[in-house]
Amino acid sequence: MAYDRKNERVVITGMGIVCPLGHDVETTWQAILAGKSGVDKTTIFDASTFPTTFSAEVKGYDYCKYTKHPELHKDGNRGSKFAVGAASQACKQAAISLETDTPADRIDRKRLGIYLGAGEGAANHNAFFGAIAVGWDSANNQMDWEKWTDVAATKMQAMNELEQEANMPAAHLAMMTGARGPVRSCLTACAASTQSVGEATMLIRNGAADVIIAGGAHSMIHPLGLTGFNRLTALSTRNDSPQTASRPFTASRDGFILGEGSAIVILESLTSAQKRNVPILAEIIGYGSSSDAFRITDMHEDGRGAIQAMELALKDAGLTYKHIDYINTHGTSTQENDSIETKAIKAVFRERAKQVPASSIKSMLGHLIGAAGAAELITCVLAIRDNIVPPTMNLNDPDPQLDLDYVPNKPRKMPVNVVMNESFGFGGQNNVVIIRRYDD
Amino acid sequence: MGCSRVVITGLGAVSPLGLTAGQTWDALCAGRCGIKRVTAFNPARFTCQLAGEVPEYKIQQFVPKSVRKATKLMSKDIELAVIAAREAVTDSAIVTKAIDEQNINVNPRRMAINLGAGLISCDMVELAPAVAKSVEQGQFSMRKWGKDGLELVTPLWLLKYLPNMLACHVGIIHDIQGPSNSITCAEVSAHIAIAEAAEVIKRGNADIALAGGAEAKVNPVVLMRQCLLNRATTKHNDTPESACRPFDADASGSVFGDGAGIIVLENLDTAGKHGAKIYAELVGTGQSTSINPAYEHIEPDGKAVTIAIEKALEQAEVSPKDIDLIIPHGTGIPEDDLAEARGIAAALGKETSRIPVWPIKSMVSNTGAACGGLDVVAAVCAMRDGRIPAAKNCDKVADGCNLNIVRQEIKTNINCVLCTGYTFGGQTAAIILKKFGN
Repeated sequence: MAYDRKNERVVITGMGIVCPLGHDVETTWQAILAGKSGVDKTTIFDASTFPTTFSAEVKGYDYCKYTKHPELHKDGNRGSKFAVGAASQACKQAAISLETDTPADRIDRKRLGIYLGAGEGAANHNAFFGAIAVGWDSANNQMDWEKWTDVAATKMQAMNELEQEANMPAAHLAMMTGARGPVRSCLTACAASTQSVGEATMLIRNGAADVIIAGGAHSMIHPLGLTGFNRLTALSTRNDSPQTASRPFTASRDGFILGEGSAIVILESLTSAQKRNVPILAEIIGYGSSSDAFRITDMHEDGRGAIQAMELALKDAGLTYKHIDYINTHGTSTQENDSIETKAIKAVFRERAKQVPASSIKSMLGHLIGAAGAAELITCVLAIRDNIVPPTMNLNDPDPQLDLDYVPNKPRKMPVNVVMNESFGFGGQNNVVIIRRYDD
Repeated sequence: MGCSRVVITGLGAVSPLGLTAGQTWDALCAGRCGIKRVTAFNPARFTCQLAGEVPEYKIQQFVPKSVRKATKLMSKDIELAVIAAREAVTDSAIVTKAIDEQNINVNPRRMAINLGAGLISCDMVELAPAVAKSVEQGQFSMRKWGKDGLELVTPLWLLKYLPNMLACHVGIIHDIQGPSNSITCAEVSAHIAIAEAAEVIKRGNADIALAGGAEAKVNPVVLMRQCLLNRATTKHNDTPESACRPFDADASGSVFGDGAGIIVLENLDTAGKHGAKIYAELVGTGQSTSINPAYEHIEPDGKAVTIAIEKALEQAEVSPKDIDLIIPHGTGIPEDDLAEARGIAAALGKETSRIPVWPIKSMVSNTGAACGGLDVVAAVCAMRDGRIPAAKNCDKVADGCNLNIVRQEIKTNINCVLCTGYTFGGQTAAIILKKFGN
């Protein structure tokens, strides 16, 4: 079989973000360096009686500003609309034309792909709950499906139903960019967009595409998402102080904060980037994917899967733990993640473990779930660009068991050339990407 | 570390035609139809009252004792994946922890998993008591839900409905510690998962991969969604066997069902070590996407299907002349069937009229994220037995669908099969398989 082992180098040539701290990369980055919080009372729906009443919402966002054809995206779910904005920014930076009939960017559309870690769209919850309420026959403890059907048929809306499917954000980006290459969508929970970036890197490296629009788009700030995570007791319930609730690596951490948004990076073969003469922001040099194969409800106690993903990424990059300048942690602010992630970093980084800064921007941004990894990757690129490491905010009462350098409460100026970005999903799917300053 | 050849060494399937690949294949050969009136709930008020339901099973019989507790966290989508994965592993020569803990012959770190999964729909009966408790003055109240309803939801409820849990459960059962992904590209998910799993092996990140997909579409929300989108046929509630009619002039929509199709892929260089029987070689895959503002359909000229096939042919170093069989997506939705037929014809040119085309959804129904897995299993069985069963419900090929639909069973040597897939939203894929040794 002809397997094109081209071994192309893969670089990042564009970035875009729509997240709780801003609707563009620079605003978001300045907010992160200033230690701002994107967390506040939930407004998307009435969450005032839920165990957790706050979240990290994208506010005041209008996708119409990012496209000449807003009608093509009007039915899109929140994630799709965020993706339209983030991808439009990233395409602009990478000089990818959105004039799909006559693209003048020297990219063969059959060699332009899309790979998103994207989540489900929200159901129309009033219709969903309302139909169940009408259909439930509590006397007999069963559903009267005829009653349910009559309500559902009038309240559920066809396009809202279609747009709930997780492949739809990718469909919107194809419509926007005219991409005709490999288009994929994955949903490995909290690790999805690190996985999408990693797999997209492999597609380019092996010659299946020249350019891939990669990243994530997701919002689980909806009634069933909040219900599910609240029942799992995975979320912080610090309702009296939302802005300080996300406090990774502290003794008082009590869960993560649901966030939403989209983060998109343009991945491109070095050959294509040089041919098109577009600025190169960083190079992706390593990717590792593993599974815990342990328990559905818990990470492996020793961080076995996390360690393996980190080691595979280092090996793929041809580096050792000695070469990493900064670790952007998964750092969710849950008891389990932060302690096992710390253990895993110690196992991989050995004598250097306490010397390598390892921070969590989830302390400010909340947890963007499917979009988290790509949002964090963008900050890794900026850390290299500006030689500055973003902080872990709200780190005022360190957990005595957790003794790494988490860059507490303020950013740190230091040379940053090689960065590791970690994402670990519920159920035990682990993904790690390593990037470095581009240097020809 | 990488390799150039990836082969299929195990098959697993659950479908409306049976709980195994063997049962499914035998029923396909016999022209049986798995589509019936829905029994899982009362469909009387739905415009389409049909579905492909899988035979009854007890999930405890398909998992090792040590993980029986975990079955409580399995939605039906997960159960279907677990059953098909067990068959695929058992069918191959690999021995995982779940098969025989004393005689494991694989390195868990060199095993990958990549499963396609759908948007898993909730069991509404499970949620209903909580919803009922949240009604105030005859209306559902979100405030009351947050206060009183929510706590009636079982604590681990969410974990049943995350699409990555198919791969996580199967991975835990078989101790798969290598790369793991969950492709969520709706009806083309399994095609893409299989393609990506092969890439993972070729680039050297694993020697063995479980790949395919599973989805349980027999759920009132799913059926309502398909009815509202006019994707489900409404004309055959009294004639379920003739309801799903891919490429037929009288086609009026699809029928949705439950299923799983999972295969074992191996690096040819290491497959020999444990004496694997090799069913077929995966020689090429290709992918593209439709550009169509009517997101519920693919574009009318099927261009994205064409591009995917062309890429797969190129990678496989195969010409249209070499193809002996096509298993298309063929849903029975007239616009989409026409587009797919045009896309296939544009890619294969004058060879199109020669190559037998065998759509299987008239018998197994449209199983969403499982489609590609079932298609590939059927393709491998057809090659193994040198047999293409007759297509069902295509009495008169629809105008414009210039495909050679198989009218009568063909017994012949089949060396090369093309499977095509696509989904609403536009993503497409093509997979080319070859009989091993050619």
